[in-house]
Formats: sequence, structure tokens, C-alpha cells
Amino acid sequence: MNDEVDHSRRRLLTAATVGTGVVGVAFAAVPFLASWNPSARAKALGAPVQVDASKLEAGQMLKVVWRGQPVFVVRRTKSIVEHLGDHDAMLADPSSDDSLQPDYIKGAARARNPEYWVGLAVCTHLGCSPLGAFDPNQAYQLAGTDLGQNWPGGFYCPCHGSKYDMSGRVFKSMPAPKNLTVPPYAFDGDAIILIGVDDAPKKA
Amino acid sequence: MAAVRLIDWIDARFPLTKLWKEQVAEYYAPKNFNFWYYFGVISLVVLVNQLVTGIFLTMSYKPSSAEAFASVEYIMRDVDWGWLIRYMHSTGASAFFIVIYLHMFRALLYGSHRKPRELLWIFGCVIFLLLMAEAFMGYVLPWGNMSYWGAQVIVSLFGSIPVIGQSLVEWIRGDYYIADATLNRFFALHVAALPLALVFLVIAHLMALHEVGSNNPDGIEIKKLKGADGHPLDGIPFHPYYTVKDTMGIAAFLLVFSGVIFFAPGFGGLFLESPNFEPANPLQTPPHIAPVWYFTPFYAMLRAVPSFAGTQVWGVLVMGAAIVVLFFLPWLDRSPVRSIRYRGPIYKIALAIFSLSFIALGVCGLKPPSGIYPQLARVATILYFAFFLLMPWYSRIDSVKPVPERVT
Repeated sequence: MNDEVDHSRRRLLTAATVGTGVVGVAFAAVPFLASWNPSARAKALGAPVQVDASKLEAGQMLKVVWRGQPVFVVRRTKSIVEHLGDHDAMLADPSSDDSLQPDYIKGAARARNPEYWVGLAVCTHLGCSPLGAFDPNQAYQLAGTDLGQNWPGGFYCPCHGSKYDMSGRVFKSMPAPKNLTVPPYAFDGDAIILIGVDDAPKKA
Repeated sequence: MAAVRLIDWIDARFPLTKLWKEQVAEYYAPKNFNFWYYFGVISLVVLVNQLVTGIFLTMSYKPSSAEAFASVEYIMRDVDWGWLIRYMHSTGASAFFIVIYLHMFRALLYGSHRKPRELLWIFGCVIFLLLMAEAFMGYVLPWGNMSYWGAQVIVSLFGSIPVIGQSLVEWIRGDYYIADATLNRFFALHVAALPLALVFLVIAHLMALHEVGSNNPDGIEIKKLKGADGHPLDGIPFHPYYTVKDTMGIAAFLLVFSGVIFFAPGFGGLFLESPNFEPANPLQTPPHIAPVWYFTPFYAMLRAVPSFAGTQVWGVLVMGAAIVVLFFLPWLDRSPVRSIRYRGPIYKIALAIFSLSFIALGVCGLKPPSGIYPQLARVATILYFAFFLLMPWYSRIDSVKPVPERVT
């Protein structure tokens, strides 16, 4: 019998055993990690919601819940829509190139119908819900902060002071890096808005 | 003699007497411990308080988004002594951070992180990090409106990581928003996973401490000079000397602790914030989101950094770096002496500026981001990092006084 230990053989066997064990642990970890993903129930509850915006007066706002997130539906006045392009120089991303919005949302109005603006009421900084301050002629005092004389109208996030215009576009040098996100939505008729789908279902 | 025979019976099967002697009765600690050395043992007392009150709270608490808020009110109003157990737990959380911050400051004063205590310090830093996670998740459980929006803000931090951020956030939440699934998993982590990890780390922290021996206010090694009996000349057995002394310190701490529990459990909105007395409402952000006081220094750093290159990940990185830099402290400090008693004016001034910056950041994090606070937070953030990053230079050129052979 040979008492010599074959070290290279032992090393190979040890490495192979450890390697197999690591692969096994990695596979065994998958179910535990995947159990943290949104469950089938959470996914089912993420279905589209329908909003009737016809009752909104110009200058009013509705807040609805889609996938647990608040969504703004704002009916903008004619003068607000006309002046949306006036302050591009003050905005961080005026054409929304770096911001999240569906392909069919374009330009300063960021809407399928410029009269209605739809966007997530979730600040792109850290997810607080901004406040509406739509009247450009008013001296707003929100959460202890004066929005100033030249406020063009828009949204103000009370958490860290980010300011957005009436299309949810963020002003320069704000904590928020991007414009408010526009979710996928579609019009079903003149003022019925379906949030969460790109196309309204075809009528039979 | 039955007791002696019982001990002998156990000792033949488990190292009971050996452990008692090594860790307590014949663990020689420096004889010159001062006030600052109470906070280690007090943090142990607070840990036990949190574990015991926490276990009893889980007996009445319901970790579901529909029932959590009401179950906390049920504990407060209907469970016999429930209010006391809950206030002991909520006040204990704030007390934990007061004690830990003072415990860490003690290390900065007397150089307790220096060689050969680097690993002891690192275990402590990991405990601090886990404690922050534990406190954050615990704050979410009452499911008040500040719990909800605090969780929203903190979980969103991970969303700023490029590419994987958004799916990572969804994975952490288990839903498209902070929901029942999030609350439930935070409960599991808060009551099982993190306390388990904390207890193991505290044991490792104490094992490392007892291996290298305690530092002291003079920052000298008592093990260098030993008497004929082989014990350090400047050391005294932990028991009975420090067990008795620590009992006195614990009593004084419990006096103050009870005062807060009974007379000011909310502590003017600092320990329990008023928006958290309203149930969580995903549609209504509180007008001003401020985390609990012990997170505000780091929160102020997060807010002080503007977004840049289309992402706000920088603020998150700065906040993370403020914790990570602590781990490197033993290697940043190049002074030939440990204790502030024998250091020159530069370190004393640097430590004073650092302490003031940390307090200023804490104040800034509590205030709305307007007026002088954003600027003040930026200056204080720079000073916080300057203390650590410039340390290799200023600690080396600083003048030192001669260090005595024996403790004073």
C-alpha cells in the first residue's frame, strides 16, 4: 500500500467538490431570490384603470391610482397650453429626451391631447408626490417655501424642493434628474382615459 | 457542597468555569476607564431591551398593510401594559443610536480603532450598518404615513443605480409600489434575520475585544507591563471591579431612559414623528418628509448633492461613502499616538470640526430644504469627508506629547 498522498489529485477533487457545491447553492438560491419578485396576485392587480375626465373644469386636477401609484390627470387652460414652449431655457430636459414617456408622447405638451396632461404623481428624485400649483399669477407658499414671483405654473415637490412645469418637465438645478414619467395611456372617446394601455380597445 | 459537585459535573462536559474565568473573572481591563467606557455595556443593555420588548410586540402586532396600523393602536390602547412595551421599544431605538454614536466617538477620542483593534472596529462598523437597516425596517412596521413615505424614499434610492435600478426596486418591494408584500418581508427581516445577524456580530465584537484587550483613555497597551502573577500591572479583573462600576452606569442610564419613556416618549416629534400617527396613505405625501433623527445626518448629505449627468445616483453614493469611509479609519490615522490626550492641536481641532459638522448635518436633515440649510449641508458634508480623507496627512504632521509608560 502506498502511504504517499497525491496532493494534485486531492486538490483537484477538493476544487471539483467545492465547485459542484457552489453551483448547487447558486441554483438553490434562485427560488428564494425569485420569491421576492412581484407575485402573480400583484401582477394581476396592476391592470389598467379607466378615468372619466369630462367632469374636470379647466385648471382642475384628478388623482387616480394605477398600480398603487398616484397618477395626475390635469385639464389645462388654453393659455397654459399656448405658453408651454416659452420657458424651455429654464428646463433641464425640455424635449424629454432623457425622461420616461411612451413613443407617442412628444413635444412641449407631452400629451395625446394637449388639453389633458397625464403623468405619474411620483417625483423622479425619490418618489414623493408633488403638489399642483397651476396658477402662474399667484404667489404660492408651499411647505414653507416661496415659489417666487416668476412662477410659470406647474408642480412642486414638498420633500426636496423639485419644481416642474405644467407638462411635468423639471426645471434646471433641481434634485430631480428627470421629468415626471408619463405612463402608457389611451383615449376611449373624447375624455375617457385608459391608464396602463397604449391603445383603446376596438368597439364591436 | 452539592453546588460544587454540580459545577464539576458541568465543567467535565462544558467549559463553564473556564469561560467565566477567561471572559469575566480573569479578564483584565485597564484600571483607568472613564465615563466614555460606559456606552459599550449600555448598548448591550439596550440590545437586550430591544430583543425582549420586540418579542412581546410581535405577539400583538399584525404584519399586513390592512391591519398593521390598527394593531399598533390596539397595543397602545387595549393590551395590558402594551403602551409601556411599545414605548420601551420605540425609545430604545433612539437610545440605541445615542449610545452607539457616543461609543463610536469614544473610539475617535482614544484611538480604540488603531492597530491591533482594526477588526474589532470593523465588526463595530458592520453592527452600525445592520442597526441602521434594522431601525429603518422597524420604522416601516407601524405603517403610519411617515413609515410609508420614508420607505418610499429609501427604497427608491436603489432605483438610481444605472441599468438594474428599476427592477431591483421592484424586487425589493415585491410589487409596483410599497405594498403589503413589502411590509411583510420587512417584518421578517426586522424580527428574525437582522436580529440574528446582530447578535452573532455582537458576539464576534466581544470575542475580538477580549482577544486583543481593551484600549483605555491613555491609549497605551497595559499588556506590555505585567506583574509577577502574569497579569497586567495596570489591569484589574472585569469582575468584580467593572461589573459593579457598570451596574452603576446602567442604573444612571435607566433613570434617564425611564424618564423619556414615561414623560416624553415622542420626544417632541423627534423619536416618534407626528405624521406617523396617521395611517399610511399612498396618495398623500406628508408636507415635509424627515427621517427619524438618527438618520438625518446621512439624509442631509443625500439632499446636499444635486443631480448631475441625468442621474441622482451621486447623492446616494456620497451617503454610502459616508458609512464606507468609517471602515478605513484604522488605516487613515497615521498618528504615532492613539489617545487625544497626547495628540497635538490639529487633531483636536479636526475632531471638533467633525463633531460640529455631524451635528449640523443632523439639524439640516430635519429642516425643509430651503433657506441656509442646503448650503450649510453642503459645507458640513465636505467637512465630514475632509476629516477622514485628509487624516493621513494632518495626523502625521500633528505634534505629539510623550506617552507615559503606565496609565495615569
